[in-house]
Amino acid sequence: MATEPATTEFTLDTAQLLAEEEHGRSIVGRSPWYLAWRRLRRNKVALTAFALFVLVVAVSAAAPLYADHVAHTTASANHPTENVKVGSKIVPVISQGGTYTDPKTHELRVKPVNIIGPTWWHAGGKFVLGADENGRDNAVRLLYGGRNSLIVGVGSAFLCTLFAVILALIAGYYGGVADWVITRFFDLIWAFPVILLAIALGAALSINGLHWNLRLFHVNLESGSLWIPTIVISYVLIPYIGRPLRGQILSLREKEFVEAAVAQGAGPLRIMFGEILPNIASSALVFFTLVVANNILLEAALSFLGAGIQDPNPSWGKLISEGQDRILTAPWLTITPGIAIVVTVVALNIFGDGLRDALDPRAKVRIEH
Amino acid sequence: MLAFVIRRLIGAIAVLIGVSFIVFLIFIVVPGGDPATRLAGKNANDQLIANIKHNWGFDRPFYTQYGIMMKKAFTGKLVSYTNQTNVTTQIKEGLAATFSLSIGAAIIWMAFGILVGVISAVKAGRWSDRVITIVALIGISMPVFWLGILTRYFFAEKHTWFPDGEYVGLTQNPFQWFWHLLLPWLVLAVLFIGVYGRVLRGNMLDAINEDYVRTARAKGLDPRRVLIKHVLRNSLIPIVTLFGLDFAAVLGGGAILTETVFDLHGVGQYAAQSIGAFDLPPIMGVTLFGAFFIVLFSAIVDFIYAFLDPRIRPA
Amino acid sequence: MAERLLDVKGLKVRFATEDGIVNAVDGVDFELDRGRVLGIVGESGCGKSVTAMTILGLTRGANARFEGEVDYKGRNLLTLSEEALRDVRGNEIAMIFQDPMSSLNPVYRVGAQIVEAIATHENVSKEVAKRRAIDLLRQVGIPRPETRVDDYPHQFSGGMRQRAMIAMGLANNPDVLIADEPTTALDVTIQAQIIELIDKLKDDFNSAVILITHDLGVVAEIADEIVVMYAGRVVERAKKRELFYDPQMPYTWGLLGSIPRLDRPKPERLHSITGAPPSLINLPRGCKFRPRCPHAFEKCIDEPRLESRVEDPTHLDRCWLTVEEKRDVRERTIEGELVA
Repeated sequence: MATEPATTEFTLDTAQLLAEEEHGRSIVGRSPWYLAWRRLRRNKVALTAFALFVLVVAVSAAAPLYADHVAHTTASANHPTENVKVGSKIVPVISQGGTYTDPKTHELRVKPVNIIGPTWWHAGGKFVLGADENGRDNAVRLLYGGRNSLIVGVGSAFLCTLFAVILALIAGYYGGVADWVITRFFDLIWAFPVILLAIALGAALSINGLHWNLRLFHVNLESGSLWIPTIVISYVLIPYIGRPLRGQILSLREKEFVEAAVAQGAGPLRIMFGEILPNIASSALVFFTLVVANNILLEAALSFLGAGIQDPNPSWGKLISEGQDRILTAPWLTITPGIAIVVTVVALNIFGDGLRDALDPRAKVRIEH
Repeated sequence: MLAFVIRRLIGAIAVLIGVSFIVFLIFIVVPGGDPATRLAGKNANDQLIANIKHNWGFDRPFYTQYGIMMKKAFTGKLVSYTNQTNVTTQIKEGLAATFSLSIGAAIIWMAFGILVGVISAVKAGRWSDRVITIVALIGISMPVFWLGILTRYFFAEKHTWFPDGEYVGLTQNPFQWFWHLLLPWLVLAVLFIGVYGRVLRGNMLDAINEDYVRTARAKGLDPRRVLIKHVLRNSLIPIVTLFGLDFAAVLGGGAILTETVFDLHGVGQYAAQSIGAFDLPPIMGVTLFGAFFIVLFSAIVDFIYAFLDPRIRPA
Repeated sequence: MAERLLDVKGLKVRFATEDGIVNAVDGVDFELDRGRVLGIVGESGCGKSVTAMTILGLTRGANARFEGEVDYKGRNLLTLSEEALRDVRGNEIAMIFQDPMSSLNPVYRVGAQIVEAIATHENVSKEVAKRRAIDLLRQVGIPRPETRVDDYPHQFSGGMRQRAMIAMGLANNPDVLIADEPTTALDVTIQAQIIELIDKLKDDFNSAVILITHDLGVVAEIADEIVVMYAGRVVERAKKRELFYDPQMPYTWGLLGSIPRLDRPKPERLHSITGAPPSLINLPRGCKFRPRCPHAFEKCIDEPRLESRVEDPTHLDRCWLTVEEKRDVRERTIEGELVA
């Protein structure tokens, strides 16, 4: 006879664990990546989120196509004096201010500047999401902005994960002085208020760009380069990945398979990249996904404060910053880039969670803000 | 115990020196306009600039300059390059707003974070958990400044239900203080509520499967007591660490976006303005101020952690 | 005739999991009288822990389904409300677990956790409860209990933690103490002490004990009756003496063969059972031990009933081999090994 379901004591997770324990050996022998993929495949929410992210990337990548063939404009082309046919009406993109006489009181009033709002599809693809104060197509700028935000977000997450993995490998493998120096380095960046450091660096570099011409080492980044925010953002988040990975490596270092490799005479590089790296790869992958989400937000914050992506490149954060002054007359300029950020970041976070659950149901990988 | 305190203290000082040095280097490596020219103002001539360079020590080697700046920083004599105001005075003026914002928001985010975490852990897998999880996820996926702009627009500009930004002193008018801060508190707290709720939910679901929880249930304890005394008590330990560090960051100017959006004139906004003007001394001052809180609170967190978890208590 | 405390009839426990229905317990019967020790033996994953936890309702949940009856002094614990069951847990039936480190909450003092067990079921003052906790710690053999009562679990050794767990289990003088692998995580010398302690305290507290283990050597000392479980069901059940001297089930032979024995004339080779227990989602047809049984034949494609096939009517087993065949095989196996 079935009993009343009790509150929460026995969840599906516990049943799952119990089941795995009970028929323990039947799943042994498959590669962990295959098992992860099998678990991920069942997680429809995570897969949908990933598809959504891929869609955002694809649509942003297609920004020039959209600009050419749908909106018939460019990201920076101004259309202040044009008219658009919306449905059957002819509407000016920007109705200039000027004055008018109030019909009731006969007083002279100032007309506010009126910017065309979202036309959706009634204007044949033009100004789908409205225009800005210069008559630029908001949808086109949003796509180009998305392209830049995504490039910076993904690029910085990649650099960040790469450096963090290398530093963690060196610190965790060699220990001793190397570990001490790298741990102090992590501590130092950790102690910085992240956003202050990023803003200070971003602002400093955005004035004249970065020019280092040492003998073998030439760096020439113009002030508008996307590399500057990419590097800045990747740098400040290194300890957030490096620290937990170092901890994992320290415990892996003691494992028998590493000792076996040492006993076989494997060199440090082979042990680090051949033995240890595959064991932290799943954590690094999850971190990467969640850091992309985090960095898109950080880029938006930097650009909002003027320390991120610089003119003439648009970005989601910059669009919000530019739009906020006109929020009363043209709220779409602020709202749409924000929605784009939220959709992208939510998709990445859901996918990242699903990936973590799939790769290692017991892992505690998380990004702290 | 004493050794522990001393070790933490030395570590803290080392970190502060490191932080200040990095800030200084950023401005040396990346020259963003000569500070002497800024100090000289509009009617500058070469002689004046040369004098300023000499008086302020800009013609000396960078380590001497660093030493001078540190001396000024710790004696409260840092002066802005752009408008010659005293940095310490400016930070002090922003303190009330920043502290009010941080403490209020921290209370809100801690209370609601725990509530959200507990509810979603208890209802794990049910629709209420899913709704909460998604809302929390959206909360942590929202740019805080965007949320700030939208709430300010909707609640203070389109509808004038709330005052439109600015800070009112607590001693000046407690009611207006509260009223002006309510929106910024909520906006700042949203992100943390999402983060804490998710972390706590995960910790609690881990703890529910722990053997000691099974023992507690086998003793015949009622579910509420098991939940509070055994599951929640143990799950809160990592949250305390998280809270200490987040609170320190917000206190030390990390609420820069919220302060800017709501025009609260706190320390964070002061930093944002100084960064915009590329003004080294205030940036140095605020960064040290922020790093100080982070270092201080990470030490406090270690003490509290030891108190909460007997396993790591020093003998 | 001693008082009947527990009567488990046709107990089945099923869990819905992502991979399918897990038949964790599939038809288990046994009785327990006051003052007796029942041993439940089997490999990990044979359903013995689930059986024990189900008696206390600790496996209840949205994806668990139960059948059968767990009769405790006339009440069916399977259908008892959670509230009523909480009065039973820790009070009338107590349970201690395998890993004493993780089974005690690391952030509370040992004494406080015993006091909690007392205070849950009895309305006593803190001082009285603490004094009783000290007494209990003394009874389970903790030295200087007056000071150790304020220690944290991590300050106790493994054996002491298990003693503390036993003290906690006995705090409310329960009728039944269920010990789930109480010695598995401990050193061999400590194991014997803990088993002796349980045996002694059973008499002091006038309780009955269910001792769950994968190690027949552990139950050999104190059990009166032994239930051997495999793949969620009872495959053999007998008085201890009967089981050790005339085991009927090839699976039991395997378990017996894997303990070293000093009472045999010549050193015997230890032999292990090959293969792994079946998945509880897709059970084999017929006898569940068939795929691993060296003596399986055509008849084993149908599952034998649990019934008595020897002279002793209380000795039950599930094997198609005739008693003569079994005795013959056993003799040959032992001799064969002696020759080898």
